Amino acid sequence: MAKAWLPRERLAALFEALKTAGFEVIGPKVKDGAIVLAPLEGPEELPSGWQEKAEAGSYRLEKTASQRCFAWNTGPQGLKPFLFKPEEVLWRAHKTADGIVFRQEQPQQSPKAFIGVRGCDLAALAIQDRHFLEGLEPDAHYQARRQGIFIVAVNCARSAATCFCVSTGDGPQASTGFDLVLDELEAGFLVEAGSPRGRAIAASLPLEKASPARFQAAEKQLQGARKQQRVMPAQAELAKLVDALDHERWQQVAERCLACGNCTSVCPTCFCSKQQSLGDIHGLEAQQQRLWDSCFSVQHSYVAGKVVRFDIKHRYRQWLVHKLATWQQQFGRSGCVGCGRCIAWCPVAIDLVEEAKAILEGGHD
Amino acid sequence: MTEPLAVTLVKNVEEIPGTHTLHLALPPGHPFDFHFGQFNMLYLLGVGEVPISIMGWQDELLLHTVRAQGLVTKPLLALKPGSQLGLRGPYGQGWPLAKLRGKELLFITAGLGCAPVVAAIRHAVSHRQQFGRICILQGVKHHQDLLWQPQYEAWQRQGCQVLLAASEEKKRRHHWKLGMVTELLDQAQLDVANCAVLMCGPEIMMHAAIKTLAAMGMPDEALYLSLERNFQCGIGSCGHCQLGPYFVCKDGPVFHYPVIKNWFGREGI
Ligand SMILES: Cc1cc2nc3c(=O)[nH]c(=O)nc-3n(C[C@H](O)[C@H](O)[C@H](O)COP(=O)(O)OP(=O)(O)OC[C@H]3O[C@@H](n4cnc5c(N)ncnc54)[C@H](O)[C@@H]3O)c2cc1C
Ligand code: SF4
Ligand code: SF4
Ligand code: SF4
Ligand code: FES
Repeated sequence: MAKAWLPRERLAALFEALKTAGFEVIGPKVKDGAIVLAPLEGPEELPSGWQEKAEAGSYRLEKTASQRCFAWNTGPQGLKPFLFKPEEVLWRAHKTADGIVFRQEQPQQSPKAFIGVRGCDLAALAIQDRHFLEGLEPDAHYQARRQGIFIVAVNCARSAATCFCVSTGDGPQASTGFDLVLDELEAGFLVEAGSPRGRAIAASLPLEKASPARFQAAEKQLQGARKQQRVMPAQAELAKLVDALDHERWQQVAERCLACGNCTSVCPTCFCSKQQSLGDIHGLEAQQQRLWDSCFSVQHSYVAGKVVRFDIKHRYRQWLVHKLATWQQQFGRSGCVGCGRCIAWCPVAIDLVEEAKAILEGGHD
Repeated sequence: MTEPLAVTLVKNVEEIPGTHTLHLALPPGHPFDFHFGQFNMLYLLGVGEVPISIMGWQDELLLHTVRAQGLVTKPLLALKPGSQLGLRGPYGQGWPLAKLRGKELLFITAGLGCAPVVAAIRHAVSHRQQFGRICILQGVKHHQDLLWQPQYEAWQRQGCQVLLAASEEKKRRHHWKLGMVTELLDQAQLDVANCAVLMCGPEIMMHAAIKTLAAMGMPDEALYLSLERNFQCGIGSCGHCQLGPYFVCKDGPVFHYPVIKNWFGREGI
C-alpha cells in the first residue's frame, strides 16, 4: 500500500478500527513526568505537544505549542514490560494426597495494539523475540503475549539528544516488523501498511490521497532526525571490547556507577531474570515467580557462598561487554539498538557510548 | 518455562556428614535419557530450585549426590523417603565420552560433591576396554571428606591409578599425599599425547591444574572442564550463568577448554 493521508481530526478512526478489530489500544501518555505506555481510550489521551529533553542523567518533559502526539522520542519503557513482565508466575505447585501437582500458569493474553512504536523499539522487539522464542525452550509466557499484537509504528520526526539509532542501524525510520507505520506532520499523518492485518485496518480508515508536498515534508523531517549527537562505534569495532578486559577505564567508571541497575531495567533488550518460590504458610501450595533481574545486582553472580562479580567494575564490564560485544556472538548482532534510555536514566549520567569509545580508543593491554 | 515433573524420593543415603545421595523414582513410563555431566533442576516445594548434576541411574532410579549448602539443599537433604520434589531436565552438555574412546583418561576432581565426574568415572571403569589407562586424582581438605571411599579402592582393584591428596590434613596417611591435588600430577603416569583430562572442582584448582598440565606438555585440546555458575533457569533464558559469550547452562556445564580459554580463570568473569 502506498502512503495515504489521515487528517489529524480523524485520528479517532484509527482507535475505533483497532477496538472494532478486538484490540486493547496501548499508547503513549504523560504520567509522573514521563511518557509511558498505557491503555488509551482515544486520541485525546495522547501526549499532544509534549516532548522530552533528555540528556545524560536527565529526562524532562516540555510542552510545546505543537499539536503533535508523537514529538517525543522515548519514555523509560519500550514494549519489554508488556511481553516480558517485570514480575510473573511461571507455574504453581500444589501438594495433594497423591503427591505434588505442577501446573503451568496460563498468561492473560488480551490482544493488544501498540501505538507509537519507534524503529529502535522494533529492533529491540526482534531481539527479544529471538531470545524468548528461538531458544532451547520457547518461552510460553512471552509467546502468549507476543502472539497477535498489532503494531502501529511511528517514524521519528526528530531525535532526542540521547538517541543514536543511526549508528546502530535501527532508526529513526521504522523499517520492518510493524502492521502500520505513521509519519506525523502538523496537520495529520501519512499512513502505510506493513502487513495484511495492517492493510485491513487501513482499508477501514477515512484515508485521503497524500500530496507530494506531504511526502517531502515527511522525508525532510526524517532527514533531520538522522542528525544525531552520539555515534556508537561499528559492531566489528565493538567486538574488540573482549580484548580490553583489563582496561583501567573499568575502574574509573566503577567509581561513578552505583550498581543501581536502572540502565538494565530501561533497556529494551536486557533479558535477565531470577526466580523465587513463594510458598504458603502450610507448605501445601507454592508459586514459582520470575522477576526482572540485573547483572548489576550482587546476587546475580552468587555461586555457593561466593560472588563471582563482587566489584562494581566487573559488573559494569559484564554489562557493557555483553551488550555490545559478546551479544554479537550469541545473537548475531549487538544488544544495543541506540535508544539512549540507559544514558538518560542513569542517575550519575554514565554514557555507554562514551565508555565504549574510551575503552576502544585507549587500546588494550 | 515448563513446569517441573513430580518425582519421589525412594532412598536418602548419607555418604558423609552433610552429603547425601538421593535416589529418585520418576513417574511410571516416563523416559529419562541423559549424558554424564548433564544436570537437573531440583525443586523443593515453596523453597526453591537448584541445579544438581546427574550422578547416575541405578535400579531404575535417578541418583543425585547433594551437599548441604544453604537455603534449598539443606532442607532437601532432610526429606524422608516417600516425599516428592520437582525435577526439570536433563539439561546442558555432558562429557564427550564417546569421542574419547581409545584415549587414556585423567580425572581431576577436588572438593565435595564432584558428581558430574564421578558418573563419568563409573562409566569409564565399567567400560575399561574402551579406554586406555585411567587415572583418578581427588583432592579434599580432610580425608573424611572423601566421598565414596569404598569405590576408590574398588577402582584401584580394577586397574585404575587412584591418587588422593588432602590439603589440611596434619598427619600423613597411607596412600595419601599432603597438599593440593595439583601436586599429584607428576605421579600420574600418562601419555600426554593420547590423553583426555576431565576436570571438575573449584575454578582456582582447575586453573592451577591447567597450568601444571601445560608445563607437562598437555595440549589444550585434551582438556574438558565442568563449570559452575548461578543457575536460575537452566535453559539459556535468565542470563545468570554467562561466561563471556557462553551460557554455562546450555553451552556447558562441560566445556572443551580451548572454547573458553580466553574467559576462564579471569577475575570477575
Ligand atoms: C551445573 C551444576 C551442577 C551442580 N551439581 C551439584 C551436585 O551434583 N551436587 C551438589 O551438591 N551441588 C551441585 N551444584 C551446586 C548447587 O547447585 C548449589 O550448592 C546449590 O544451588 C546451593 O543452593 P542452596 O539454596 O542450598 O544454597 P544457598 O547458598 O543458600 O543458595 C541460594 C540460592 O542461590 C542460587 N544458586 C543457583 N545456582 C547456584 C550455584 N551453582 N551455586 C550456588 N547457588 C546457586 C539458588 O537459587 C539457591 O537457592 C551444582 C551446580 C551447578 C551449576
Ligand atoms: S544499551 Fe542503552 S541505548 Fe542501547 S538499547 Fe539498551 S538502553 Fe538503549
Ligand atoms: S533512537 Fe532513533 S528510533 Fe529510537 S526514538 Fe530515538 S530517533 Fe527514534
Ligand atoms: S551505569 Fe548508571 S544506571 Fe547503570 S548501574 Fe551504574 S549508576 Fe546505575
Ligand atoms: S541458568 Fe539461566 S541462562 Fe543459564
